[in-house]
Amino acid sequence: MLGKLSLSALPLDQPIPLIAGAAVVVVLLGVIGWIVFAGHLPYLWKEWITSVDHKRIGVMYVVLGLVMLIRGFSDVVLMRSQQAVAYKSPGFLPPEHYDQIFTAHGTIMIFFGAMPFIIGLMNFVVPLQLGVRDVAFPTLNSVSFWLTATGALLVNMSLVIGEFARTGWWPSPPLSEVTYSPGVGVDYYLWAIQIAGIGTLMSGINLTTTILKMRAPGMSYLRMPMFCWTALASNLLIVAAFPILTATLAMLTLDRYLGFHFFTDERGGNSMMFMNLFWAWGHPEVYILALPGYGVFSEVISTFSSKPLFAYRSMVAATMAILVLSFMVWLHHFFTMGPGGDVNGIFGVTSMIIAVPTGVKVFDWMFTMYGGRVRFTTPMLWSLGFVVTFVVGGATGVLLAVPPADFVLHNSLFLVAHFHNVMVSAVIFAGFAGYGYWFPKAFGFKLHEGWGKAAFWFSVTGFVAVFAPLYVVGLLGMTRRMQHYDVPEWRPWVLAASAGVIVMAIGVVCQIVQLVVSIRRREELRDVTGDPWDGRSLEWATASPPPAFNFAVLPEVHGEEAYWGVKQAARDQRRLREEPSYEAVEMPLNSATGVICAFFATLVGFAMIWHIWWMAGLGLLGAFATFVIFAWRDRVEYEIPAETVARFDRANRATRAEALASLRRRAA
Amino acid sequence: MSDATANAPIALRPRPDPNHLGHTGNREGSRAPGRGTGGPAPKRIVVGYGFWVFILSDIIMFAALFAAYAVLRGGTADGPSGRDIFDLDTVAIETGCLLLSSFVCGLATLALSARRALLFQAAMAGTFLLGAGFLALEMREFAGLLARGDGPDRSAFLSSFFTLVGCHGLHVAAGLLWLLTMMAQVLTKGFRADILRRTMCFALFWHALDIIWVAVFTIVYLMGVL
Repeated sequence: MLGKLSLSALPLDQPIPLIAGAAVVVVLLGVIGWIVFAGHLPYLWKEWITSVDHKRIGVMYVVLGLVMLIRGFSDVVLMRSQQAVAYKSPGFLPPEHYDQIFTAHGTIMIFFGAMPFIIGLMNFVVPLQLGVRDVAFPTLNSVSFWLTATGALLVNMSLVIGEFARTGWWPSPPLSEVTYSPGVGVDYYLWAIQIAGIGTLMSGINLTTTILKMRAPGMSYLRMPMFCWTALASNLLIVAAFPILTATLAMLTLDRYLGFHFFTDERGGNSMMFMNLFWAWGHPEVYILALPGYGVFSEVISTFSSKPLFAYRSMVAATMAILVLSFMVWLHHFFTMGPGGDVNGIFGVTSMIIAVPTGVKVFDWMFTMYGGRVRFTTPMLWSLGFVVTFVVGGATGVLLAVPPADFVLHNSLFLVAHFHNVMVSAVIFAGFAGYGYWFPKAFGFKLHEGWGKAAFWFSVTGFVAVFAPLYVVGLLGMTRRMQHYDVPEWRPWVLAASAGVIVMAIGVVCQIVQLVVSIRRREELRDVTGDPWDGRSLEWATASPPPAFNFAVLPEVHGEEAYWGVKQAARDQRRLREEPSYEAVEMPLNSATGVICAFFATLVGFAMIWHIWWMAGLGLLGAFATFVIFAWRDRVEYEIPAETVARFDRANRATRAEALASLRRRAA
Repeated sequence: MSDATANAPIALRPRPDPNHLGHTGNREGSRAPGRGTGGPAPKRIVVGYGFWVFILSDIIMFAALFAAYAVLRGGTADGPSGRDIFDLDTVAIETGCLLLSSFVCGLATLALSARRALLFQAAMAGTFLLGAGFLALEMREFAGLLARGDGPDRSAFLSSFFTLVGCHGLHVAAGLLWLLTMMAQVLTKGFRADILRRTMCFALFWHALDIIWVAVFTIVYLMGVL
């Protein structure tokens, strides 16, 4: 009846997961209880859970990403403290638990921390920057988000019910096959990633279509803001790469569930094929995350240098070059697994070539700042911190791209330091830069600068303090994922890295405090103009927070930096443009389809993990029924009357006129 | 510089940027709707375009399965190879069914644009029957293999064969479910704009399955018996 599920799945004999799991469950129940009893549920249901507004969905994505970043960081704390004490001793985490923690860390950080954070920013910003009212498929967008949340839920469920994979975040066979991993850990991984992956693919299709087919009149490709270009590249990569992951994980699932022989190394199976297929997705995935990050930095650096982006078209070309090259380097993830000298040589060269367009970008950012009036706000600090640390990470990447060097350094902490160095600075720093930069747009008030700067300095110091020692200890020969060790030369560096985690943790606390303080002082941090940073692209043309319909009338674009042009014209002519004639706006109705689908997806995933076949069938049936009910509805849109649109826009124009007048008063 | 700018106070003048490198200025491009410069494309184009992107992603998934098949083709583990198990006569009938179903599906699309409900339902029913016939033949082939002990767990070659062909079959099955849903939708709701768009997407999906089948037919069956 319940497949493999029984009471023994609960970690009643393991204190650490039991206490952690119980604490999470209690907090979760507390939050849900508070929401229900304080009467917030109807608001939450109507305005957020069933919302198909790209801005709301974007915010929910970012919230999911931030929560999961903290979850992944708690794994860091466990791993680094284990290594701090596990010198000639077993430490406090037994190997089977330690292995689950590093697997969960990688999985959560990539799929449920970084991905939702970046997709959330794209979701929120791209339609605003393109000057349109929503993404191409608003309800699909909601489905995507909730499927991603389902994946996150399943991974975290494994903390309490059963176990997580012990294979590392890419479950390489034959270790991940049922012979060597008979438990449900790998199955949790497979179903969580598969379900979240479908959400990501749908989101990629959605944003690709939005960018290619829905832009404000006059917004030709070479007038799109840089962030839209990088979002386009990232979503094209999602469309082109995620299906490979889906197929690969499906093959592993068939191996595990039905005794297929794709990767078993028996009866003709080939485990190397898994490495090839997985990394054919895995390397583009790096750029799926990093390219939008580059886009955030381009926007932030240009805005806070009060200058157009330097060499915009070279930046576009570099982005698209990376898009293509990212599919040609996957083999550098396993130089040492026997492809041979010639093949290694070719992939070494293609890997090094990626440094060229990336270098072009770094120079473009530096020349954007050159001669500009640089304002050192928190988002700008994150961007500067990125440029400096990322160059180091990129240089060690070029080093690792040399196959003979890789033979020495592969699987060492040098490698770990390298990819954290690039991923943290290009993705997480970008996430925080974008978070600070667009927060006032989303909520109508700025984040507190003092706490933001504190968070930046602690985080970046901690980041360097963690990974600089790991480079060294990697060169000293320490491999990754060690549960304990007995080499005295490694000890000081391992301790230094652990100390760095403490500094980083202070940075995390500062981020949380910044949010709390900003909410409490929101009146003094209020952004009344809708354009707090003197921005250059269209999201700053509407109010903060924008209305559901984003723009009262779709903006006419007459050049690059669409909003900067509008502002310049207003400054030249000393008045705003003529008031347009307002029309009623049709917006899509809210829909519970997304969250209901996710409920059934959770059911299917959980049932498949525990071999509860009837429940999986029930879940699939429920999902189909949900789609049919959605397809049968008669009202899909509601109308916002022209007076409401006009009232909003007149208020928005009044603040702009006031800003223009105060500018003139200051000049006079 | 216009007169208005020349008269403006110094601080309000746009500063010419010496580093305005890589920016094109203000050339106006095409204003045709749907190309992105004439404003958002009409809903029909957006939906069709998005669905095309989905089909491309689906084709990439099949590409991964084809790649796996190509790698594992020789991994027969002393079991049967393609030459031993493929029956080209059945496959020819299967191919005929599927290609014909695509043709009938095209008729359904024409009936839809002519707003002829009865013809549409008839053509869709024909598509369903042909698709179901294809699926039945495929299931018979699979059942025969399983009965002989040549199931997907026999060898890596058979694993990849069952997965690739089975995945296509699963798509056909999902397509049949979708087809019935669309018949019911047109029956109950009539020729509404959103239903027309969905039916267009279904037709795209159905034709795409044909394209994939042509690749399966060629690479798996024809090259398999060579």
